[in-house]
Amino acid sequence: MSWWDEIKQQITETQAWKSIFRHGYEDTPRNRVLMVSGNVFLHLHPSKVRRHATRMRFTWCMGGITFLMFLITVVTGVYLMFYYRPVTQYAYADMKYLEFDMPFGMVMRNMHRWAAHGMVIAVWLHMFRVFLTGSYKPPREFNWVVGVILLVLTLLLSFTGYLLPWDQLAIWAVTVGSNMGRATPVLGHEGPFKELLGANPIYDARAFLFGGGEVGPATLLRFYILHCIFIPLVTSLFLAVHFWRIRRDGFSGPAL
Amino acid sequence: MAMTAAPGGGAGERVEVSIRKAIGPGDDKVHTWPHLVRPEFLCLVIVLIGMIIWSLTVDAPLEEPANPSRTPNPSKAPWYFLGLQEMLVFFDPWHAGVVLPSLIIVGLMVIPYIDINPAGNGYYCFEARKWEILTFFFGFHILWVSLIVIGTLLRGPGWNWFWPWEHWDPHRVEALTNVNLPYLLGIRDYFWSAIFGLVSIGLFFAVGAVAIYAWVVWLKGPDFITHWGWARFGLTTFLMLNMIATFVKMVMRHLFNIKYIMETPWINI
Repeated sequence: MSWWDEIKQQITETQAWKSIFRHGYEDTPRNRVLMVSGNVFLHLHPSKVRRHATRMRFTWCMGGITFLMFLITVVTGVYLMFYYRPVTQYAYADMKYLEFDMPFGMVMRNMHRWAAHGMVIAVWLHMFRVFLTGSYKPPREFNWVVGVILLVLTLLLSFTGYLLPWDQLAIWAVTVGSNMGRATPVLGHEGPFKELLGANPIYDARAFLFGGGEVGPATLLRFYILHCIFIPLVTSLFLAVHFWRIRRDGFSGPAL
Repeated sequence: MAMTAAPGGGAGERVEVSIRKAIGPGDDKVHTWPHLVRPEFLCLVIVLIGMIIWSLTVDAPLEEPANPSRTPNPSKAPWYFLGLQEMLVFFDPWHAGVVLPSLIIVGLMVIPYIDINPAGNGYYCFEARKWEILTFFFGFHILWVSLIVIGTLLRGPGWNWFWPWEHWDPHRVEALTNVNLPYLLGIRDYFWSAIFGLVSIGLFFAVGAVAIYAWVVWLKGPDFITHWGWARFGLTTFLMLNMIATFVKMVMRHLFNIKYIMETPWINI
């Protein structure tokens, strides 16, 4: 018996240890299956997977990293919500408050922002990998479509969050990014065929998004609710479908 | 029980159907725990450590408070939309900001339905999927990523082109020498310019569709089109030609200062 096993034995045979862990983990096929199927989080997985599907060069781990980034933004986002008020008088002050007064406020905000950027990059790389391995081919066509919807939702999540600091970067990036709304054919007041429905600066596609003719208090509240409630809910729904379909449609891989 | 008994087998003889799958030829299944959970956990730890270090060392930007009466020059959209903002150099906002993104989203969604090549389903292969992969590379790397890089790093005040070593001079004057294609070719009449533009674009799509048809037949043989179906052919050709047209317009703008190919009182392309 090696010194490591001896130490391990001495620890695991103490009364304190045994009072916490009733029995050991025996590495049997049955236990391996139970570890996955008996765990609410791990049972997203099947209990057995094809060997190639566990390799990094096949998965790039990008889907998982995208989901991890989503979870990081959820956790840090909840923390930020405790201190942030989506009102134009307070929003910017709250950013300063977060930075200088709140414990870990700045780290949380940093992590929220960087994880959001990371999520956008990871979801693109995930799409790229799925394309390269042809994993969208039958029977997984629909899950690719769900993936494209999730890609759009990721961008919308990031975009709506961009406004919330209420600094120059925020309102002008959102102004520029939403200007296409006013150029929408028929529905935008600067788009082609604008006269058909009588679109004007305070009554068109962009005004509907902004709650007014330009980025203002109504926009901040709208983007806040979209960012913190509506889009995360929709995204969670599609994530559930996406994960479920991976299981139902089976992992992709070369034919046996 | 009759349900679990093998056909013709005696009572109590159990048949475990999954066994055949588990020991069948070429089966390569491994237990998720630990073979998949372990790399996932390692990945999680490494990414989390990376995120924490990144967040501790680099602060998220915060500029001065929002001021609706002071527009920064340049005003840039979030970086992931800068490819589309860069498109505004070449197209009107309704096209660059509405039509093109819609085409990108729809185009991505229909990929599994128009690509009926059975090769490479779930593994890397280049030879059998050469054109699919090259098309995706073109769309993703050339038209999306590289335009984001240009929009982020090379566009300064007035959305003028600044090399990284150049000073962002807000007073730099760029001569607006852009002309419409019909004008360049000597057509001075509005009506005939519009007709010329309309015909050019129509011809581009008509000739392009015929060319793609001929190319597909040459590449895959005449039987392929019937197998592929006209709906798939039409959709693929339309999306392909739009992608090529976007690139052609970019080249025309950069090389020959072409503003519009077609100008009408309603829409310009």
